[in-house]
Amino acid sequence: MATFQFELVSPEKLLLSRAVEMAVLPAAEGEMGVLPGHAPMIVTLRGGVIAVTENGQVTERLFVGGGFAEVTPGRCTVLADEATPVGQLSKAAAETRVREAEAAYTAAAMDTPEKRDATMARLLSARAMVLAAEAA
Amino acid sequence: MASLKALRARITSVKSTRKITQAMKMVAAAKLRRAQSQAEAARPYAERMERMLASLGASVAGSPDAPKLLVGSGAEQVHLLVVVTGDRGLAGAFNTNVGRFARSRIRELEAAGKTVKVLSVGRKGAAYLKREFANRIVGEISMAGKKRVEFADAQEIALRITAMLEAGEYDVCTLVYNRFRSVISQVPTAQQMIPTMLPEVGATDAPAAGGAQALYEYEPNEEEILATLLPQNLAIQVYRAMLENSAGFFGSQMTAMDNATRNAGEMINKLTLNYNRTRQANITRELIEIISGAEAV
Repeated sequence: MATFQFELVSPEKLLLSRAVEMAVLPAAEGEMGVLPGHAPMIVTLRGGVIAVTENGQVTERLFVGGGFAEVTPGRCTVLADEATPVGQLSKAAAETRVREAEAAYTAAAMDTPEKRDATMARLLSARAMVLAAEAA
Repeated sequence: MASLKALRARITSVKSTRKITQAMKMVAAAKLRRAQSQAEAARPYAERMERMLASLGASVAGSPDAPKLLVGSGAEQVHLLVVVTGDRGLAGAFNTNVGRFARSRIRELEAAGKTVKVLSVGRKGAAYLKREFANRIVGEISMAGKKRVEFADAQEIALRITAMLEAGEYDVCTLVYNRFRSVISQVPTAQQMIPTMLPEVGATDAPAAGGAQALYEYEPNEEEILATLLPQNLAIQVYRAMLENSAGFFGSQMTAMDNATRNAGEMINKLTLNYNRTRQANITRELIEIISGAEAV
């Protein structure tokens, strides 16, 4: 089957760079599957799991905390704020993060809408991390 | 001439100094390797960020409601310098070089009638600039006690810079740091961060795009993507500067400690020579005394 170049980078390292058949990204407005020849797009990502398919099977599942993706017909580049293979996620750490994010959200209740949105995004990302850790 | 005992004491003291500088050199070399690989690991992200920003920025830059982070506040009266230096000394002229570079820049800007504010990342830069520009320093961030530079630290600094921009505290933000050219050469560099210097679209886009520049679709939309992309871009620039700074610092420290070790060795040789000469002179003198004493009997 046709493939395209998939790259996943976080500020701290290059996690993945190879030819894959399909990648499912947690785009801000819903999950998005990328196949070779996709129309050029730039999307923001929310916290969630990226699933990479090679040879008809899901070979990699990585949690990203948010970020961006650039899609062109022959390439898909994901710039993640942070990225961890799902198998290495710790549920306890994720739950601590949810609690922190909840506290931050409560604290920001009286703040500007932008700040509230930012803390909300953080909370949702943390919740997605718990779900991903549970599923692993 | 110094007594034998004093000479012996000095030789021991220089020897232990040499041991310390030698150990510091080894430690710096190990840390340098780590800092270098970390800096390399951060490069792909920065490159791709730049590419994305180039295509995005070009489409938004012209519009009047472009975000402040991208186009600045329109004026250029108040300059913010973010000066990145090491937290510790004993690294040759590393910190002084950035300090001097920042100082001449501050003077230049002030001579042109601008107001300058300084945000110092790293203790040494603040210490250096405080002597002359104490009232311009608006903040001091110290990374002392941290083993390595984390992206989260850079993000925090970037948040602070953004908050200051939103509060209208400055118009132009420039990053001053030591660019890591090689282990023995670090170049003080100034890099303008706000307004964002957009890279040329054509220059950065790989030919892989298939000839014509592809038109991107944006989801949710350009403005919203930019609103998250720009702070991230700021953070990555700060992060890069901090990484280059730490790699450069250890490189410079390694060279400085290597020189110190060599100088200590030279000094030990000289002192030992001196010590032996004095010892021989003493023996000769004692012999003469004994012989002339025996002759007198």
